[in-house]
Amino acid sequence: MPKFPSMARDGLANTQQRRNLQHATHTIRSKRATVVDEVPDWEELRVRGAAVKDQVLAHLDDYLVQLEASLTASGATVHWARDADEANRIVRDLVQAKEVDELVKVKSMATQEIELNEALEEVGISAWETDLAELIVQLGHDRPSHILVPAIHRNRSEIRDIFREEMGAVGTPAPDGLTDEPTDLAEAARRHLREKFLRAKVAVSGANFAVADTGTLVVLESEGNGRMCLTLPETLISVVGIEKVVPTWEDLDVFMQLLPRSSTGERMNPYTSMWTGTTEGDGPQEVHVVLLDNGRTSVLADEVGRQALRCIRCSACLNVCPVYERAGGHAYGSVYPGPIGAILTPQLRGTSSPLDQSLPYASSLCGACFDVCPVRIQIPELLVHLRTQVVDEHRGGRPSAEGVAMRTASWMFADHRRYEKAQRASTMSSKLLGERTTLGRLPWPASSWSGARDAPAPPRETFRQWWVRTHGSESR
Amino acid sequence: MTASSAVAVQRVALFATCFNDTMFPEAPKATVRLLERLGISVEFPLEQTCCGQMFTNTGYADEAIPLVRSFVKTFGPYDAIVAPSGSCVGSVREQYASLATRAGDAGLSRDVDQLAPRVYELSEFLVNVLGRTDVGAYFPHRTTYHPTCHSLRMLRVGDRPQQLLSAVRGITLVDLPQAAECCGFGGTFAMKNADVSVAMGSDKVRHVRETQAEVLVAGDNSCLAHIGGLLGRQRAGVRTLHLAEVLASTEEDPA
Ligand code: SF4
Repeated sequence: MPKFPSMARDGLANTQQRRNLQHATHTIRSKRATVVDEVPDWEELRVRGAAVKDQVLAHLDDYLVQLEASLTASGATVHWARDADEANRIVRDLVQAKEVDELVKVKSMATQEIELNEALEEVGISAWETDLAELIVQLGHDRPSHILVPAIHRNRSEIRDIFREEMGAVGTPAPDGLTDEPTDLAEAARRHLREKFLRAKVAVSGANFAVADTGTLVVLESEGNGRMCLTLPETLISVVGIEKVVPTWEDLDVFMQLLPRSSTGERMNPYTSMWTGTTEGDGPQEVHVVLLDNGRTSVLADEVGRQALRCIRCSACLNVCPVYERAGGHAYGSVYPGPIGAILTPQLRGTSSPLDQSLPYASSLCGACFDVCPVRIQIPELLVHLRTQVVDEHRGGRPSAEGVAMRTASWMFADHRRYEKAQRASTMSSKLLGERTTLGRLPWPASSWSGARDAPAPPRETFRQWWVRTHGSESR
Repeated sequence: MTASSAVAVQRVALFATCFNDTMFPEAPKATVRLLERLGISVEFPLEQTCCGQMFTNTGYADEAIPLVRSFVKTFGPYDAIVAPSGSCVGSVREQYASLATRAGDAGLSRDVDQLAPRVYELSEFLVNVLGRTDVGAYFPHRTTYHPTCHSLRMLRVGDRPQQLLSAVRGITLVDLPQAAECCGFGGTFAMKNADVSVAMGSDKVRHVRETQAEVLVAGDNSCLAHIGGLLGRQRAGVRTLHLAEVLASTEEDPA
């Protein structure tokens, strides 16, 4: 995949998407701000949220063993998956054993991360997304561009067109004369999905939290479609990132306050489903939990980077990020876009590809993401940490033009006499410019500045020269 | 000025920052004029160069370390170091510690820990250390203020710049819509992600023009160069000025 800057260029050129994104992020951003301001001890909650996660991460092995034991005791079957291939194989085998060729899905980032739908499709199994926004993305043969609102880049009329053109091919078609009114669109989706809910024998989900001491899986959603998947089918397969474990039910309390306000700007979450293993005659009779690593243990090994695993996928950082708002989610080339994607993706995948090397640079380091993050992930600091990692990985080889420039500049700045010499070249050049105060289009690499911005002409006298002239050459 | 702060800040150094020194000398000059007017005799150690932020934030930590050493050596003897740049102060206060750790030099870490809290952004120095919000400035223009990200979210300077600007005689201070949103400069981001940077800057410029201000003020000339570069290309007729220049402005010596 190409680097972030060129993928972002496509996003910037898509004016419809930019309008949709701007509208959506600003709406949800102000909703969040309002409900967060209502909570007097918000900062304290953030600190508590971060502390619970840190405590879990510090003893992850113990909590996972405990989780496995309590899941097993409650009737669930636990599987461990090192990477995407392993996880996909486990799920595929489980589904094939049930002799079905379709299943329903609760919106889940973990299954997107491992590209489960595609892996199932390869063996002829159709995985139907039941979250409204995921459905729009799936029907539109599109990729999600937001963690919480995967179809955030689409507006109502685009959604109507997708429903009209695509629903019929895979199930109940959209009603004739479908309008782009939200209630009509929701009704069309409901009818389309109902057929699938009633038929499905297998459901696949993720989990927002997994409680170690009881073996309880927790899913938060807004529409209730997830709950249909969790209760109707006979078999439930949950793919859960190993960092989702929390010690006790009590620990959920803080996240139940942090997550809805941060993500959808709601005071309370509309549908919170919790289930513990199997119960005879009620809900799925077979529950499988796939505990997924897929790079998480290597993130854990990085003392600075580890905090990225605190993330509860609320997407607050996306909604305030000025880069995300303009570039759009697809530019990040991963299911995790925005600020968290810019740090998490290169951590999970490593920084060997040009795209993953460019992601830590996909930020102006403005810091808005940290301020909204409910678990206080120091995203700007981590971006710089990863940039350093990218540069360090290239040390020793053939030096890049940038590397040479940086080393030369550092050498020049390390001694003020060398620096003053360079300054003199700059003021000399200014004297050749006559009365001009700005420069027009400049040659590469300065052209990436001057393409759209006037560049200031250097002054005829530096500050230091003025100081020496007016205050003398002693430091005072 | 309170008596206690007068004792605490016997020796005040100006950190001009390399960018201001070389490209925008009016800001450090104004800082000197302003501080001298307030009775501070400011010193300018000539050994100073660059805080290293460009290196740190681009991933070149090893290249930043020699600059940390030289900064600590140059400014160690002073009680207070003032800079007309939120982002360079942010780099010293928030990033030097981890660079010193990377250097594996306990002495450097100690020096950084001792020095960093004494490095102030201009508005912090005026309000917190000198206890002044009215600095006796005169600037009769319709003005809007852009709070730069590093001042706002790294240093948490809050509304100190607005307090200072509100006390300027003759000024008409107008609110900038979406003021807290990044202008899109971001150091090397402006070059590495030029398209996104310009898109962000264009929105900032649109908001600036909505205010119908004659002058856009900020505490960082790097952000101002970016926004001003876009305003200039549009021939928008809006001047950009550093906060220090507005605060130094008087009837006799207007900015
Ligand atoms: S990094 Fe923080 S703000 Fe962003 S999605 Fe994760 S928890 Fe939410």
